[in-house]
Order: sequence, then structure tokens, then C-alpha cells
Amino acid sequence: MDNINSDIIEQIPRLRRYARALTRDRTSADDLVQDTLERAWSKLHMWRRDSDMRAWMFSIMHNTFINHIRKNRLDTVSIDDSALEMPTRSTQEDSLHMRDLSSAIGKLSFEYREVILLIGLEQMSYEEVANVLGIPLGTVMSRLSRGREKLRGIMAGESAPVLRRVK
Amino acid sequence: MSKQQKQLNEADLHAYVDNRLDAAQRAEVEIWLSNNPVDAERVADYRQQNEMMQALFNPVLNEPIPLQMHPQTRHRSYMQPLRYAAMVAGMVLSGVLGWSLHGAEGNRQPQVMAMVNRAALAHVVYTPEVLHPVEITKDQEEQLTKWLSKRLGNNIKAPHLTEAGYELMGGRLLPGNQGPVAQFMYQDARGLRLTLYISSKMAGKGEASFRYAQEGKVGVFYWVDEDLGYALSGEMEKSALLHVATAVYQGLNQ
Repeated sequence: MDNINSDIIEQIPRLRRYARALTRDRTSADDLVQDTLERAWSKLHMWRRDSDMRAWMFSIMHNTFINHIRKNRLDTVSIDDSALEMPTRSTQEDSLHMRDLSSAIGKLSFEYREVILLIGLEQMSYEEVANVLGIPLGTVMSRLSRGREKLRGIMAGESAPVLRRVK
Repeated sequence: MSKQQKQLNEADLHAYVDNRLDAAQRAEVEIWLSNNPVDAERVADYRQQNEMMQALFNPVLNEPIPLQMHPQTRHRSYMQPLRYAAMVAGMVLSGVLGWSLHGAEGNRQPQVMAMVNRAALAHVVYTPEVLHPVEITKDQEEQLTKWLSKRLGNNIKAPHLTEAGYELMGGRLLPGNQGPVAQFMYQDARGLRLTLYISSKMAGKGEASFRYAQEGKVGVFYWVDEDLGYALSGEMEKSALLHVATAVYQGLNQ
């Protein structure tokens, strides 16, 4: 039992990082992690020894995330909101770019967001992602390809024109 | 353009971005990219997406884990009724006198007992940590105590317990029942760890006598001095812990 507990605890920082990127909000992220942990503990009897704890925890988080979205506990970010944030952006080149990325991720639908983050941030293999999300490998690849291209488009297009209209 | 080079597979392009190709496949993709600037630009952008994600969110990995996410907290919450039942049973056996005494004690110091409980919990959570037992190490002791003093709104210091056989490892800030609390961690030559938990804004003023509580395997000596509450936790004999508690008290009042 103690070993399983420490295996679970070991995953918490990664779960928090992923949740933060998914929701881009500290409170919703920790909420998501907390619910994921509760579920994991209550389903511990279903956990098979020697299977991959990270994959198991992340698939529980995926289901929890979908639940939160269904119950509207997570806001889907509207494009207008993020446009309003822009005028206050830092002038420093790097952090400006980073914020762009963060808000751009928020504009992707969650199916793309999950795939892009599990691969780019969590550095899972494509097969692991298919397993965690419960979708075929081909779907992972097409979401990855479309998601990355959308993200790129959002970031490229997310400069001046919208703002000028606001002003 | 090289002779009829075969079209680059989209999946390979991504696998290249994510460093999932072997050397031969990588070389093949690189030849393609050198002839196809549009794809090369996509690769560069996708890689940048990954790098920025990492830069933006990796710091979360180093944030201290909130207390309520530890399984210990969870076990505690459903252990509570059992412990309560055991306590009541004990009271019934020891008769009305014991019961009323306990009631008086409990009413007088709920705040102190809550502190003891949290101190023991924080002890169990952080002492087994290998990588991050403390947030700030003793190399930056001055900074540590300054910071904690500022956050607790009180003059906080870490007593030196070398004579009692314990070296300061460092400390951390934690959420308490009434605002921030401090935890210092000490270790003896065998690696046995003690924690000193300090909470400000304690109501029960001037009660500088030691009291002892046992929380599972953890023994806790606690006392209130001025408006600071102290709890020294360790998994050891009561007498050994008392010895250190005395050293802590002396160290604080030097």
C-alpha cells in the first residue's frame, strides 16, 4: 500500500503540470488534480501491479477532465476574452511569445490540446497517448498534425490586426 | 531537387519533431527538409511549440505539492471517526472523571490541538522526501528565517540543536489553519529526522509548559509561548523527544 501511495505521489507534479497547461488556471488545475487523485484512490483495487502508473493516472485525469468540461466546471475560453488581455502584455519578446502560446493553447479545442500537450509537454510516445486517451493511433496522429498546424496558425495570426480594431 | 525523392510522410515529420526516429530515418527526413523549406519551417515552428510549452509549464514540477493532495490527508479524514470512537470507548472505561477532564482540555485548546494535528501531518508528509525535504536549505538560513518571519508576521528563528545531536536541514512555508506556518527540519547523524512546526496568532497566551501528544507513530511535544505555537514532531521515544524539545526551547529563548 505504501509503495502504491508513493507511486501515486510521484505522479502528482506531472499531473499538476499537465493540468495547468490544459486549464491554464491554477485553481481549476489543482481542482482537476484533486478529483483525479480521489478517483485513483477509490479505484485502486482496479490497478494492476506492474502496469504503468503514469498511463493509468493520466487516463483517469483525461476522464475527469472530460467530466469537468461536461459539467461546465471549466470555462471554454472565448476568443474575445483573450483579445482583451493582449494590450497589457509584457514588452519583453520572450514572455510575450510565451503568453501567446498559453492563450493560443486555450483557443484549441480540448481534443487537440490534450494530444499536443501529452506529446510536447509530457513527452509521451504516440502509442502511450492512444492508450491514455482511448483512441486509435491514427486519430492521435491526425489530431497531432491538425492541432499543431492550428496552434501555429493562431500564433502567427494573433498579432496586431485584432488589436488595431479594438483601439 | 534530388531525383524522384519519395514524399515525406506526415507522421514521420512529427516523429522527427519529437525525436522519435532512428538515425537512418532522421537522415532521410533531413534530406527532405533541406529541399523543402515549407516543411522545414513547419518543423522549426512545431519544435518551438514544444520548447515553449516546456519553458512555460515545467516550473510547475518544482512547486510544493499542496497538503490535501497527499494520501496521508485522505487516510486521516476517514480514520477520524475510528479514532474518535476509540477515544470515546476509552473515556467510558476510564469513567466520568476522565471524560469531563478531556472535555475541558478539548474546549480550552481546540486551536492548539488543530496545530498539533497539522504539525504531525506535515511531519509525515515531508520527512520521507528525498529530493525536496525542505524548500530552502540551511545554506541560506538567514534568508529563510527572514522570509518566514515576514510571512508569519513574527520573529521566527531556527534554534540550533547541534548539542542535542541534530543539524538544521532547512525549512519551508506551509498553509496552516490560520494563515502561513513554518516548518524547520533537522536530521541526526543516522538520518533520523525531526520537524519543528511554528504557528503564529495562537490565542492561548503564555502557556509555556510542554505537552505531549501521540499521532500514530509520531510523537509531538507542543507548547505556546507568547503568541507563537510550537510543535516538535519525531518518531522516537517520548524521553528522547523531550530532550530535544528542551533544547529547542532553550535555543529559542537564548
